[in-house]
Amino acid sequence: MMPSVQPGRLASAPPTAAANLTESRLIAGLLIAVAVVYLGLFLVVPVSAVFAKALEKGVATYWAAISDPMALAAIRLTVITAAIAVPLNTLFGLAASWALAKFDFPGKNVLMTLIDLPFSVSPVISGMIFVLLFGAQGVCGAWLMAHDIKIIFAVPGIILATMFVTFPFVARELIPLMQAQGNDEEEAARTLGAGGWQIFFRVTLPNVKWGLLYGVIMCNARAMGEFGAVSVVSGHIRGVTNTMPLHVEILYNEYQFAAAFGVASLLTLLALVTLVGRRAIEWRLTAEGVKRQPRWLQKEGR
Amino acid sequence: MSIEVRHISKTFGEFVALADISLTIGTGELVALLGPSGSGKTTLLRIIAGLESPDRGSVSIEGQDITDSNVRDRRVGFVFQHYALFRQMTVFENIAFGLRVKPRRQRPSARDLRDRVYKLLTLVRLEQMASRYPAQLSGGQRQRVALARALAVEPRILLLDEPFGSLDAKVRQELRQWLRRLHDDIGITSVFVTHDQEEALELADRVVVMREGQVEQVGKPDEVYEHPATPFVYHFLGHVNVFHGRVEDSTLHCEAFSLELPLRDLPDATAAVVYARPHLLEIDHQPAEPPQFRATIEYITTAGPLVKVELATETGTVVHVEMPQERYRHLGLRKGDEVFVSVKGIRVFPQHHNGVRRNIDLPLVRT
Repeated sequence: MMPSVQPGRLASAPPTAAANLTESRLIAGLLIAVAVVYLGLFLVVPVSAVFAKALEKGVATYWAAISDPMALAAIRLTVITAAIAVPLNTLFGLAASWALAKFDFPGKNVLMTLIDLPFSVSPVISGMIFVLLFGAQGVCGAWLMAHDIKIIFAVPGIILATMFVTFPFVARELIPLMQAQGNDEEEAARTLGAGGWQIFFRVTLPNVKWGLLYGVIMCNARAMGEFGAVSVVSGHIRGVTNTMPLHVEILYNEYQFAAAFGVASLLTLLALVTLVGRRAIEWRLTAEGVKRQPRWLQKEGR
Repeated sequence: MSIEVRHISKTFGEFVALADISLTIGTGELVALLGPSGSGKTTLLRIIAGLESPDRGSVSIEGQDITDSNVRDRRVGFVFQHYALFRQMTVFENIAFGLRVKPRRQRPSARDLRDRVYKLLTLVRLEQMASRYPAQLSGGQRQRVALARALAVEPRILLLDEPFGSLDAKVRQELRQWLRRLHDDIGITSVFVTHDQEEALELADRVVVMREGQVEQVGKPDEVYEHPATPFVYHFLGHVNVFHGRVEDSTLHCEAFSLELPLRDLPDATAAVVYARPHLLEIDHQPAEPPQFRATIEYITTAGPLVKVELATETGTVVHVEMPQERYRHLGLRKGDEVFVSVKGIRVFPQHHNGVRRNIDLPLVRT
């Protein structure tokens, strides 16, 4: 699966390719310039604008914006939502990808397609689905009301909507990886006397750990940043059902630009951290072929 | 430990992988399952291992029926075609795996485990490689790790799927001899799958030739090679010249030559296929003893211990002949020469209409 790159091979590669294999310096420079300008216009400028706007009125205002009780409540809700949605979706993703990649069963293709559903449905519709199901006028509305269970316009609804939107991330990341690795190692483990859980924890999971971490990071980024679906089920009750993205919207609509961008800057920071983490894992995945096992994974007692 | 396979059948959808196969493998034997791809040899091996379950039939080891027992309880060592080493583990951990996953009470102590792994590492001559990862090993080294890993759990039988399939020719040759010696040392009943007839003939005590889910022939390598039971086996084992002919009045008429057959009861006009190995045809400038025919040399390949000569008969049939370098130099053959080819040994497969197959061996070589 992974190319077995030899350390040093890349470093010692000739720095310049043969002249007849590259474009002229002018064209190369031009292409690079286009790419840089494009990136600058569409990525660097907006991201810096967020921070510039957030700090426009000084650090004190910035601090006030993000330490405001309403903002803190939004941050807390976002963290709680992610803390529930991400682990559950990680478990689901692992189970689904394991089943889909390693076994044959009827309905396999249907399941594969269903996993992609949240990706292909607009987030607003995803939110609507839950309103239809659990809202006052919804399918289970009367029953829920009778038992005094609140889902829509309450925290459970936000968590459900977030889970729905983010559930493909881990599975989507792991299915191709597991398929590429095939069943050989698992079969070998079986002939050596390992049981199902031993195979999973000692062979399957270590083989996909970086892919899994990648999926979890992407899932988390989306869980914290989700707007559309959550907006529909939230009801925008300040301090109760507002997540960070919703809080940003409210502040913005109230013309509190510095505060809005202050909270937005936190989400942007999350995005940047995610990008760095993602890059690190990608680097790890490519280096896999020659890597040493990290200390924390080494087996006990030797 | 002996292995007994009784009336095993297996289909994958429409495809019949195995059709009523029975086979007995004796204790300490090294047996090759030989056949082209799709002949069912790997399926049979996987059924013995328990990685596949048969539609019908049974498998027993040492008289004990294991058809329905779990892979993990069978105590079968399996070496996979592409080794299937655990890529996240060092060589040491790969070999130790089978010991580490044992139930707590049977699990060896840390020191015992270390000793056993190093003993195996010595056996496969990889002591220096204990802390390497599979990706850092050559193909031949991976092969040996896979073998050591399979042996670590002290299996009752050893099964190898195309053990040398993905190695280059030289390493393959070395490993083959090494595996033979290893087998003789530890004496474990072993079955390996191969599509390489040379490998099967050189390595195995007995060869099982398979074709389309059935056993064509079982026998010692020289038996199978010298006395192929079917045209398929003849074809599959080594290079061969094929002539088509018919029987008239107990005489075989090929396009190239005629030959009196020792059988009197063949009906006239029976079609027959005649096989002749390239080294059992002899070239000479002068007419020799019949049966013989005239042919023109088209190509000569002199590389290697044997000189390979390709000829065309008067009717245009292509014939291959092999001879030692010495003989070639003695004859001074050149492309375009017209020579006599005498037949020293052939095998005739008359095609009976009543389905009874009787093969006629004509060892015309006087040895």
